[in-house]
Amino acid sequence: MFFKELYRYRHLLREIVVKNIKIQYRHSVLGVVWTLLEPLLTTLVLVFVFGRLFGGARLAQDPNIINFPIYLLCGRLLFHFFSQSTKRAMKSMKSSASVIKKVRVPKFIYPVANVLSNFVTFLISLVVLVGFVVFFVVAASERNPAPYLTWNLLLAPVPLLILFILSVGVGLIVSTLAVFFKDVEYLYSVFTMTLFYATPIFWSPATMGGSPDRGLMMVLNINPLFAIIEMFRDTVLRGQMIQLRQFVFALVFALVVLVIGIWLFQRKQNEFVLHI
Amino acid sequence: MPKPAIAVENVNMKFHLHKEKIDNLKEYAIRLVKRRVSYTEYWALRDISFAMQSGERLGVLGFNGAGKSTLLKIIAGVLAPTSGNVQVQGVIAPLLELGAGFDMNYSGRENIFLYGATLGYSRAYMKERYDSIVEFSELGDFIHAPVKNYSSGMRARLGFAIATAVEPDVLIVDEVLSVGDAKFKKKSERRIKQMFDNGVTVLFVSHNTNQVRRICSRAILLDKGGIIAQGEANEVCDIYDNMVGEPPPKRKKKKKVAGAPPVAAATSPSEEGD
Repeated sequence: MFFKELYRYRHLLREIVVKNIKIQYRHSVLGVVWTLLEPLLTTLVLVFVFGRLFGGARLAQDPNIINFPIYLLCGRLLFHFFSQSTKRAMKSMKSSASVIKKVRVPKFIYPVANVLSNFVTFLISLVVLVGFVVFFVVAASERNPAPYLTWNLLLAPVPLLILFILSVGVGLIVSTLAVFFKDVEYLYSVFTMTLFYATPIFWSPATMGGSPDRGLMMVLNINPLFAIIEMFRDTVLRGQMIQLRQFVFALVFALVVLVIGIWLFQRKQNEFVLHI
Repeated sequence: MPKPAIAVENVNMKFHLHKEKIDNLKEYAIRLVKRRVSYTEYWALRDISFAMQSGERLGVLGFNGAGKSTLLKIIAGVLAPTSGNVQVQGVIAPLLELGAGFDMNYSGRENIFLYGATLGYSRAYMKERYDSIVEFSELGDFIHAPVKNYSSGMRARLGFAIATAVEPDVLIVDEVLSVGDAKFKKKSERRIKQMFDNGVTVLFVSHNTNQVRRICSRAILLDKGGIIAQGEANEVCDIYDNMVGEPPPKRKKKKKVAGAPPVAAATSPSEEGD
């Protein structure tokens, strides 16, 4: 039912994805460059703050980090895609209210299209990561050694696909909730901010107060973003095979969230028109 | 007997009218703890059944709040009925609030493809009709300007051009049959006439019984969510005119003649009876 409708309305999905990307860049002078500049600048700031001002010495002790700028950029890019796409999905019901109230159209197209268009800009922003990797391969220093590039790099799309599935699932859930409760928008902002700190993006478990304590590890082990980001770092930074345990956990988590999202959305979508 | 173009069976629609609208989690949690989520039920539609054959033109009459819009939204598939069944064969084009699905930041050209996709048509399909849409809308070079800079008339013209260019099977027409200035009105009326001749099924909502008599062969009359009359358009229009207190058009001319008082006397009791 869900996937049949998705196929039937693939033209609309495509139109909305293209529209979102076009409009995002239409009125900015820098255009697509902005997609690259934004992660570049914020990463430089974060590298300076957390690499130099705080905990720089500690970070150097964790052999898993290898190259802090690349380590940080990996986490930030993936997290940014997750938070942006789910937020856009959440608002998509309200922003397409005028259509939904007039024309019969499968409503889930809108959150899915918003995640998809964010995924496209996310893929474009990966150019920055390529730039970082090339830079540190050429100009490796003792402080920032070159990343280990191996054939495992080819596995990099795996965590990205899992992240995409997770984002669609979360997007469907929050877009449903936001229709009925308008304060979900604010709560979700607080939630994503908390998640940003709760995910090792600019820190690593090993650098937290000597030996990582059990409570912290438990929180990390149920955080799918941690598993996804670590898998991505394994492939592009450490040249390692992704860990099977993380792969299975993240994939199952993402699929369960997607199923819950589809179920919740389908169950409630007939009432949307009355609330937006 | 062919399958009816539109089959509406025992459709009921219930709304919950909340005394205070609860639209945030905090309120909802408080109410849940206090166990006080109170609302009154309101039946916007009660046991509506009718069928339309392909190519038929049905007028929908009724006062404000009779349930006309709710019924149309259910047939258009925008609202799901509380109970009952609606089946529609083919594509519906709602000619209501033309251009409501436009993206304001998008140009007219881009909106043609977007709106087409919203109705379920591919880019290739819209491309074939693109030139005739632009020509019909008379937008000229403005088609490349963002829709937010359009006047409401331009927007409606483009919306009308798209909705009628895609050759829908069912047309939902609200009150105003035509948009824009006198010249465009003529043109759009001709376009609609042409679609009628091609055998499009039409649901026509109006307060204007003269229009309904002219366009439709059958009509239904809604009041307080139920169908109180259905059948031949002229007869249903007579009943509606009676309810409004306006004498039917044929007798209108006789009103000035001596025969008028008995007619008025004959209509007023039935008015109270409703």
